[in-house]
Amino acid sequence: MKRYQPILTKYLDEPGSATIDFYLVHEGYRAARKAILEMDAGEIIEEVKASGLQGRGGAGFPAGVKWDFIPKNSKKPTYLINNADESEPGTFKDRLLMNHNPHQMLEGMIIASKAIGCHLAFIYIRGEFVKEARLLETAIAECRANNILGKGIFGSDYNLEIVVHRGAGAYICGEETGLIESLEGKRGWPRIKPPFPAIEGYLKSPTVVNNVETLCNLPHILNEGAAWFRKIGASKESPGPKLYCLSGGVQKPGVYEAPLGTLLETLIYDFAGGIADGRELKAVIPGGSSAPLLKADEIEGLKMDFPSVKAAGSMLGSAGIIVLDDTVDMVQACYNLARFYAHESCGQCTPCREGTTWLTKILARFTAGQGRLEDLDLILEVTDNIGGLIDFSQGSFGKTICPFGEAVAWPVRAFVEKFRAEFEAYLPREALA
Amino acid sequence: MSFAFDAPRTKRFKALVRQYPDRRSLALPLLHMAQDQEGHISRDVLLALAEMLKISPAELFDTVSFYSMFNLEPKGKYLLQVCQTLSCSLAGADLVVDHIGAKFKLKPGETTADGRFTLLKVECLGSCGTAPVVQINDDYYEKMTVDKVGRVLEKLS
Ligand SMILES: Cc1cc2nc3c(=O)[nH]c(=O)nc-3n(C[C@H](O)[C@H](O)[C@H](O)COP(=O)(O)O)c2cc1C
Ligand code: SF4
Ligand code: FES
Repeated sequence: MKRYQPILTKYLDEPGSATIDFYLVHEGYRAARKAILEMDAGEIIEEVKASGLQGRGGAGFPAGVKWDFIPKNSKKPTYLINNADESEPGTFKDRLLMNHNPHQMLEGMIIASKAIGCHLAFIYIRGEFVKEARLLETAIAECRANNILGKGIFGSDYNLEIVVHRGAGAYICGEETGLIESLEGKRGWPRIKPPFPAIEGYLKSPTVVNNVETLCNLPHILNEGAAWFRKIGASKESPGPKLYCLSGGVQKPGVYEAPLGTLLETLIYDFAGGIADGRELKAVIPGGSSAPLLKADEIEGLKMDFPSVKAAGSMLGSAGIIVLDDTVDMVQACYNLARFYAHESCGQCTPCREGTTWLTKILARFTAGQGRLEDLDLILEVTDNIGGLIDFSQGSFGKTICPFGEAVAWPVRAFVEKFRAEFEAYLPREALA
Repeated sequence: MSFAFDAPRTKRFKALVRQYPDRRSLALPLLHMAQDQEGHISRDVLLALAEMLKISPAELFDTVSFYSMFNLEPKGKYLLQVCQTLSCSLAGADLVVDHIGAKFKLKPGETTADGRFTLLKVECLGSCGTAPVVQINDDYYEKMTVDKVGRVLEKLS
């Protein structure tokens, strides 16, 4: 097999890769120019649909299909929002893409904007990324100076402005409708759907929210063609390059680019150098903290693409792979994540607000050695109350307004079900009597 | 009312008004600018910004209180934010917090008496591959150890 050549991170380590001069020398903005001057919106949508590009923000929804939901010839303006909130624990790829090649992302935004008829696009970037926000402002100014953004771009009659908008520290603003509320200057409370953002999003106008990495794929799809893109990876259903984030107990944590469908074992043992300090693998969280963990024996032969990870009972999500070695205390790890979710629940839905608080309290009691045997069933009951009876494949129409409910319920449940003995070992002796 | 943006920020405000299609959407940008200038979001800031945004102070307060980055009380000159979420925790974030806490005799959430340092435990900073991470004001300090964070703090104090 030919060795895979990185696509999205090709110029990662080259000096000056973030400047427009570098980007233009490396054929930058060729695809955007083509999209603006030679293609109409329908052609771009068809090309991206044909490529099979699935959103990289977590849900894996086909990008071209999402764009097609935008009403044609809408009287209202349409908006594109680039989701650069990067707040899912275990995920740190978008920061890299922005730092090293902001123009690739801006080019993707120009293409997506043309596809949906957007003339004002936003980058919603997490508030803590102060440097990245400044860097993007600089990159945008470079584009304006080169007639790549602003009025009549590439000499056409197409106008496009891009605004960098900083968040202010709230995980839930990564959820697209929470993000839209936040952009409108409100608390980031997710909206009840429908209406979906494509019909009523920012300022009640048709809106598309796409992840940074999703957008970065677009220039390559237009340059090389949908058929080329489809061939990358293990499955034609879930193709393309992917950035995998490895953290936790590996030798070399970091972001690695490989095709979708790369074996999880290859990522852990070849790319990230295996488990650190000669320890053993215990479990893996494959797709950011919202993805249920898999035990070491469950990852054998596991292909990292959307359908395969789902079939294994978890999800590819943001491909934030957190590796847990045999020294990790699963009760502490579960408590850590429950605490995260309790802190980040937006508080709108009672099952989520109260349930996450309960889970944290029960797990705190456990870690303090004051657990009770019935607590284990209570944990399962609470998770069921927050996010039970839901099938991910059908989207989120569960007990809560947004998928955050499942994002906490499923992982906590997996910890308890898969490592029950560790939880029991925390029980005080009298609790077992 | 005693709060007003300084000259460069007033200019920036006017530019933002032209960029955005809607006034209330300026809430987060204006709050960031005001906090940069004043150090925290005081009552006067709230009242002045509410007027600029053409919303009631209560509506703006509702927004402000939702976001962890907006401080309603003054914080230390250096805001030491240690990520405590899973990847950082596995990489030894607790040792880093304990070290800072012991050095300045601070519990998370507290500020030193001279107003120089505030210690906070925060959630995932989106940099888990270089855990543990400490954010000090606008900058990330990555792959921290007790030694390294000690050296960083020496330079500040
Ligand atoms: C709780 C929660 C947090 C999310 N956080 C992020 C995030 O930080 N970044 C992101 O791109 N998508 C995030 N998403 C997914 C977005 O809602 C949305 O699906 C995505 O941005 C769409 O872009 P895509 O189609 O290009 O993947 C989150 C979803 C949920 C439910
Ligand atoms: S599920 Fe949780 S985070 Fe989502 S809207 Fe309800 S309370 Fe908010
Ligand atoms: S867990 Fe600390 S940066 Fe993500």
